[in-house]
Amino acid sequence: MKKLSIYLFLFVKLSCGIAEAYSSDPKEFVGELVNDAISKLSDKSISIEEKEKFIEKIALENVDIKALGLYTLGEVRKSAEKSDLTNYQKTFEKYFLKSLTSRLTDYSASKFEVTEAEQKSSNYTIVSSKINPSDGSPEIKIDWRIYTKNPDKPLIRDLIVEGLSLARTQKEEFSSILSSNNNNIKILIKKLEEFLKN
Amino acid sequence: MLLKQIKILLFTFIIFFTLLNSAKASNECFEGVSRSVFKFNMAFDSIVLEPVAKGYNKLPRVIKSGANNFTSNIATLLSIPNSLLQGNFKELGNATGSILINSTVGILGIFNPAEKLGFKPHKEDVGQTLGVYGFGPGCYYVLPILGPTTLRDSFGLVVDSFIDPFAHVTIRENEIFGISGNELDYFSVKGTGAIDFRSNNINNFDSLEKNSIDLYSSMKSIYLQDRQNKIKNSVSEQDDWGSLDN
Repeated sequence: MKKLSIYLFLFVKLSCGIAEAYSSDPKEFVGELVNDAISKLSDKSISIEEKEKFIEKIALENVDIKALGLYTLGEVRKSAEKSDLTNYQKTFEKYFLKSLTSRLTDYSASKFEVTEAEQKSSNYTIVSSKINPSDGSPEIKIDWRIYTKNPDKPLIRDLIVEGLSLARTQKEEFSSILSSNNNNIKILIKKLEEFLKN
Repeated sequence: MLLKQIKILLFTFIIFFTLLNSAKASNECFEGVSRSVFKFNMAFDSIVLEPVAKGYNKLPRVIKSGANNFTSNIATLLSIPNSLLQGNFKELGNATGSILINSTVGILGIFNPAEKLGFKPHKEDVGQTLGVYGFGPGCYYVLPILGPTTLRDSFGLVVDSFIDPFAHVTIRENEIFGISGNELDYFSVKGTGAIDFRSNNINNFDSLEKNSIDLYSSMKSIYLQDRQNKIKNSVSEQDDWGSLDN
């Protein structure tokens, strides 16, 4: 009986695991992830706190936040001290999650469609998609830069919305702060911490 | 006298285009002033443009769509001379076909049947044409009300007013095919276009404002990326992830 309970428990755990994991094919990965997100975020019966937790969870599992943090730091990442970099990475992750949740929690239903995927190299695939907002706003084209170094676990590195790279915008924003502060990474960390307090 | 004027003009052009190609877009012309102008523009936006755009958003969808089509159709007029100057005959056909169909079948551009027939013209201006010719953007700055620009694009903006058929019949009050207008027509159409754009981007602007730690730099990056894409008529695939690929 005890053995049966263990098997049942393992089966349930495994089933949940499978249900939460997305495909390793970049095109299917984006489609499954976004449709899952749309169905949860547009569900009015789910509280804002639950939605925030959901966004954080899928972001931590499916976005290459570590690489994104280093990318947005630009050349400074090569000269910064290790302790500052570690501190920056921790703060950046919090900043990224806060900014992502604030953008998505008041999300309204939209129709999402993956249009094509183009493998740029063994490390990257660009997945093209389009969103038709339900409020009649114009269609939005989004390209997803998917990092495929580990083919079993694709990770999102950038979103290119109507040709505008979010990672590059973030990088140039940080670059401006760094260059006006003598490339002092501590000041950038302080600014991120101030953002987190607000 | 005339020779002296030509010499001055030539000298100005040489200096201007040398500046264009020596300055990177990321370089600021005068950042302090631009940041002050940016603050003024943000105040103008929150006091005037945003409330008007929010009111505009409450209009029935059919009216908004008509206004969008109408202003877009007029804006496409500028693409004709620029596509020609760029030697892009496919775009020239797209722009001309779109205007002819929408201005007639589409009832003065209120409807957009051309899009359904496959005419989807890109918006082209002199700044983009200069970009196609290989001129760099020059340094970056912010203009009051008009917003972000570069040396190349602001020069293009002035030239646009000379080659844009719509500006020709309105600002310069000339006649083309018996059509004429005045300054009010020009600024009404441009103003409606700006309100329509702002109303379509209410959430995007709010989100950007809320999540930026340096909004000025974010807007600068977005402007420069957008211009780069418009010059190429495609999404630029800048791959600067470098060592992070490993």
